[in-house]
Amino acid sequence: MQRRIVITGVGAVSPLGLTSDQMWQGLLEGRCGLGPIRNFDASAFDCKIAGEVSPFNIRDYVPKSHRKATKLMSRDIELAVAASQEAVKNSGLISKADEGKTPTLIPQRTAISYGAGLIACDLIEMAQSVKLCVTDGKFDIRKWGREGMQTLTPLWLLKYLPNMLPCHVAIIHDIQGPSNTITCGDASSYLAVSEAAEIIIRGDAETALAGGGETRVHPIGIVRQYLMKRANCSSNDNPAAACRPFDANAAGTIFSEAAGTLILEEMQTARNRGASMLAEIIGWGASHSHNPDYTHLEPDGKAVTYAIEAALQQAGITPDKLDLIIPCGTGIPCDDRAEAIGIQTALRASESAIPVWPTKSLLGHSGAAAGTLDLIAAALAIRDGKTGKAVNFDSPAAQCKLNLLRQPLNKPLHHVLCCGYSFGGQCSAVILKAIKD
Amino acid sequence: MKHRVVITGMGIICPLGHSVDQMWQGLMTGKSGIDYNTLFDASTFPTQFDAEVRDYEISRFVKNVQPHTNGNRGSQFVVGAAAQACRQAGIDIESDQPADGIDRRRMGIYLGAGEGSVNNEAFFQSLIDSWIEEKQQPDWTLWVKSAAVKMTPTQELEQEPSMPAAHVALLTGARGISRSCLTACAASTQAVGEASMLIRHGKADVMIAGGCHSMIHPLGLTGFNRLTALSTRNDSPQTASRPFSATRDGFVLGEGAAIVILETLESANKRNAPILAEIIGFGSSSDAFRVTDMHEDARGAVQALRRALDDAGLTVNDIDYISTHGTSTSENDSIETKAIKTAFGPQAYKIPCSSPKSQFGHLIGATGCAELITCVMAIRENILPPTMNLNDPDPELDLDYVPNKPRKKTVNIAINESFGFGGQNNVIIIKRYT
Repeated sequence: MQRRIVITGVGAVSPLGLTSDQMWQGLLEGRCGLGPIRNFDASAFDCKIAGEVSPFNIRDYVPKSHRKATKLMSRDIELAVAASQEAVKNSGLISKADEGKTPTLIPQRTAISYGAGLIACDLIEMAQSVKLCVTDGKFDIRKWGREGMQTLTPLWLLKYLPNMLPCHVAIIHDIQGPSNTITCGDASSYLAVSEAAEIIIRGDAETALAGGGETRVHPIGIVRQYLMKRANCSSNDNPAAACRPFDANAAGTIFSEAAGTLILEEMQTARNRGASMLAEIIGWGASHSHNPDYTHLEPDGKAVTYAIEAALQQAGITPDKLDLIIPCGTGIPCDDRAEAIGIQTALRASESAIPVWPTKSLLGHSGAAAGTLDLIAAALAIRDGKTGKAVNFDSPAAQCKLNLLRQPLNKPLHHVLCCGYSFGGQCSAVILKAIKD
Repeated sequence: MKHRVVITGMGIICPLGHSVDQMWQGLMTGKSGIDYNTLFDASTFPTQFDAEVRDYEISRFVKNVQPHTNGNRGSQFVVGAAAQACRQAGIDIESDQPADGIDRRRMGIYLGAGEGSVNNEAFFQSLIDSWIEEKQQPDWTLWVKSAAVKMTPTQELEQEPSMPAAHVALLTGARGISRSCLTACAASTQAVGEASMLIRHGKADVMIAGGCHSMIHPLGLTGFNRLTALSTRNDSPQTASRPFSATRDGFVLGEGAAIVILETLESANKRNAPILAEIIGFGSSSDAFRVTDMHEDARGAVQALRRALDDAGLTVNDIDYISTHGTSTSENDSIETKAIKTAFGPQAYKIPCSSPKSQFGHLIGATGCAELITCVMAIRENILPPTMNLNDPDPELDLDYVPNKPRKKTVNIAINESFGFGGQNNVIIIKRYT
């Protein structure tokens, strides 16, 4: 019989708080995590708002033995380490990080699969080296090679390799099974979770950490997004209304920083240790959008349809069995339209019946982390039989026939679909199911 | 049901040439792909040479170059490598309605794909234009005025490591599972390994798998030079990559792309595709030790080797050849030797193991798949590629590294090893198809 996969722990650091519980309460209440950028002076930037995580001290999230290594953590790594610490704790497993206790996490039977983004370097640190390399007001690469680069810390590069997110987490919790870093932009989380599930099913692990972490709140990250015309630059004075998925007045997305981690376990293993199971992962699918304008989805959202159809097929359910959909829903008008069409096609006759709940109006777009935050929301929605509502959805955008949640749901949820896509075109869908006793 | 996984096409763009044949000829004739840096002025860097892809023209590989001309170097290379591999496998990339018998929704992509270079002009100059000496940091108002006019949307987009796969999707029409991973120097071995699992377990019929990367840009060279991971043998670039030698002083930064077409045996037979080899084992592990060093007992590498042997149902006596990670750094080559000795016991001394990095350098994310292709060629030609520049053996490193010239040997089963910075270890085992 095929091995089954359950979620037994969640952890999140997001603009709605430093724990998954704070995020969940924020989503239920409709609290917005977006606001003026504080990490740097963005007053001259076209887009001046973002979703930032409130300050935390990473040293509080690592065991003593790993404190020195926090110097090698970029923001993205810190977020992933903090979220993973909560997830392990939340699952009831004891890892090496819990110094003084006997671990129950078995190193060689645990895998990690984590989504990461393109990590931008600390510009203040870099500028202190670059300013030494000027000739007639211009950057002088010969001075850089001779003197400038020598002033960078020797381990500089290690702060910015995407694989360092799972590497630090693996060291802290002693994870010696397969370790992968999925770098598919905003689809990374879903693809990482899919792969972790496959690794458990094929017998290479019983337990896996899966998720994603990224900050887009960085001077280069913000400029990059508005140059690509993906950021909403017209709502700087009203952050709470800035990100409007599927709304007729949507004008772009708002970027944020976050990390989310799930603990996945083979169902029997979880049962045997008496773990509390939040939801089962029963289907996942993926496809690739074809659009020579790589920044956006193809207009008919075909790859979104394909990804959802593949997930439904694996789950062995028809679209009418879905009780909730958490879409990517960025607030970028052409992408929302394409995604809506893609979802509608996959749902066929059920398109107007199934509630749809986008979360980015409150959480912003956290890239490689975004999908995990939505999976956590889906798992907790199943656990509690509750959702929030589609915030900033006043009137539907053209061609959007989705049933966006105007009021929160309060009823048992059996099947929830989450889907997302990257710019570049990777599309992915994951289906969660309630645990039946 | 489990499916057998076969390789039906291969393509490569690397410092030894722009095809598998050119690469193999280079390996067989002792050629070096290493020379002084021509991509930017590295004349004052600790390392002034590298292994570059030279004279590459994407138009030699694809008719419609337009969607790919803005691609970063890695993307440009991977389009050429994927086009070669598809042609060999009989995958139609020319027509809108391909008649090759492959359902595009069952054809996926898995790349170990690197990020593109930052826009150097915008990156460095904006920091200079905005530097405030009194505050010892940039002024962000001045910075954004300088940066936003220098940065271009296309180049910013093309830095994303998800982009090479986007180019491959558009080139090939693939609509199945698409993933990219970036586990440093192990990325494309991990990509091919995980892709083979997707095929084995029925999630796809065909996977376009491999990797691409170029870190030959000022920040890339800076990063590796600061780590003192690179050779600084500036007076003799061609002999700088000398894996397992006593005088090795670091790796040589290379670039390129390598692609293999993986397919279920049923699909390959149905289409009469050429079957070049079979993938029979994959093992993956994490060191969980330090971000800076490999585990001193090679714990993770040994585990990956054992997992792969176990997955393939083989014993140490079945292995004819090991393509090592063999980077020419002091640490890797000695710990990798220890790993082979621990995993294979006394048999380790009887298995030849070599490093093509001695000739084409270290292609970072692309290197694992490039070396997997050399394993396929070793099986097909029954010749082992050598470890060049191995004139002063390290007394501690006493395995059979196939020094300095190719060697005839019947190879039925070969292992490819890749280890990434931070401790990801990946091992693939391939077999002659019979």
